Amino acid sequence: MTVHSFEEHFEEKLDKDIAIEPRDWMPDTYRKTLIRQISQHAHSEIVGMLPEGNWITRAPSLRRKAVLLAKVQDEAGHGLYLYSAAETLGVSRDELYDQLHSGKAKYSSIFNYPTLTWADMGAIGWLVDGAAIMNQVPLCRTSYGPYARAMVRVCKEESFHQRQGFEIMLTLSNGTEVQKKMAQDALNRWWWPSIMMFGPPDAESPNTEMSVRWKIKRFTNDELRQKFIDVTVEQTKILGLEVPDKDLKWNEERGHYDFGAIDWAEFWNVVKGNGPCNKERLETRKKAWEEGEWVREAAAAYAEKRKKKAGEQQAA
Amino acid sequence: MSQQTAEHKSEWPLWEVFIRSKAGLDHKHAGSLHAADAQMAIENARDVYTRRMEGVSIWVVESKYIHTSDPDESASMYEPANDKIYRHPTFYNLPDELKHM
Ligand SMILES: [Fe+2]
Ligand SMILES: [Fe+2]
Repeated sequence: MTVHSFEEHFEEKLDKDIAIEPRDWMPDTYRKTLIRQISQHAHSEIVGMLPEGNWITRAPSLRRKAVLLAKVQDEAGHGLYLYSAAETLGVSRDELYDQLHSGKAKYSSIFNYPTLTWADMGAIGWLVDGAAIMNQVPLCRTSYGPYARAMVRVCKEESFHQRQGFEIMLTLSNGTEVQKKMAQDALNRWWWPSIMMFGPPDAESPNTEMSVRWKIKRFTNDELRQKFIDVTVEQTKILGLEVPDKDLKWNEERGHYDFGAIDWAEFWNVVKGNGPCNKERLETRKKAWEEGEWVREAAAAYAEKRKKKAGEQQAA
Repeated sequence: MSQQTAEHKSEWPLWEVFIRSKAGLDHKHAGSLHAADAQMAIENARDVYTRRMEGVSIWVVESKYIHTSDPDESASMYEPANDKIYRHPTFYNLPDELKHM
């Protein structure tokens, strides 16, 4: 087959919604776009453990603690599913870690905000995992097979993450005046960063068009953001809390909520590394990696020793 | 399934994980992971792929031992089966009155 016909065959598969698998021919840019997106996604799951890990020892009850621990462990799993999906594209795990630790690769900016109170565990589960689910459900049908399969597994597990978060918010909202205030404060701080999670507006998102054409992305950033706002505003009513947006208004004609201007300057500032916790997150992550070095070495040495022993026994 | 292109010194080898979701079913590919040896691969597979009782049995095999067919040769590879529709029961024209067949 000539390059031309390889490309035609690839496009034909996309048109017919036939998944692209690791050994199939794919354009270089498709491969690069996927490696970037999947690894960014994996990094986000891994760094995303840090803000919540911060509260595991201080969870208010054993039940909450067990739940938070299970949630954070799931996020580690999500990172691992995604790293191995990225590896099918020919990049190594070490390279991916290196890109994260050197600051070359990005992860979701949302994790560069601090978790100040217990209510933040509620707001993160409800809003951050909620926004992630909105992003991830269409990815279960993304064109690259290993990515889509990883996302199916991730989405199955995400649902409890959001529900446990909402439950925390609900409990606080129905609690004392102070608890309710705590919940509102968390909503105030997490609302805008959460709706920024969908990424820059379509007009300023250079990769969106290509990604939609290649069926990597199924919806644009703005479409998903609107969908998230529409459902989340309704959920806020159940909590009896207020969305921190004075321009928020139901638009009968559009059948959607209109919302206020997003502070994109803040978004880009955090992306560039100047958010409240960028430095701390990366340092914590690097420290964990470096201090785990001896464990990795010891396990490799032990495996080697056992292999040798088994060889000797066979020879004997 | 993953392919390891280069040898990475510090990296534990890559393993493919297959899980039997319940007795009576085949093991099915679940994904891959890195581990120092087979025992560690099985333990890691339990933590990564069966946190919600997804499995009753785990197989792991080092990825480098898996060989795959070449997708670019699919056309000729599966061609012999193409024109043998008589291998399917629907190929045979039998009267509607015929039961239990
Ligand atoms: Fe996750
Ligand atoms: Fe989650």
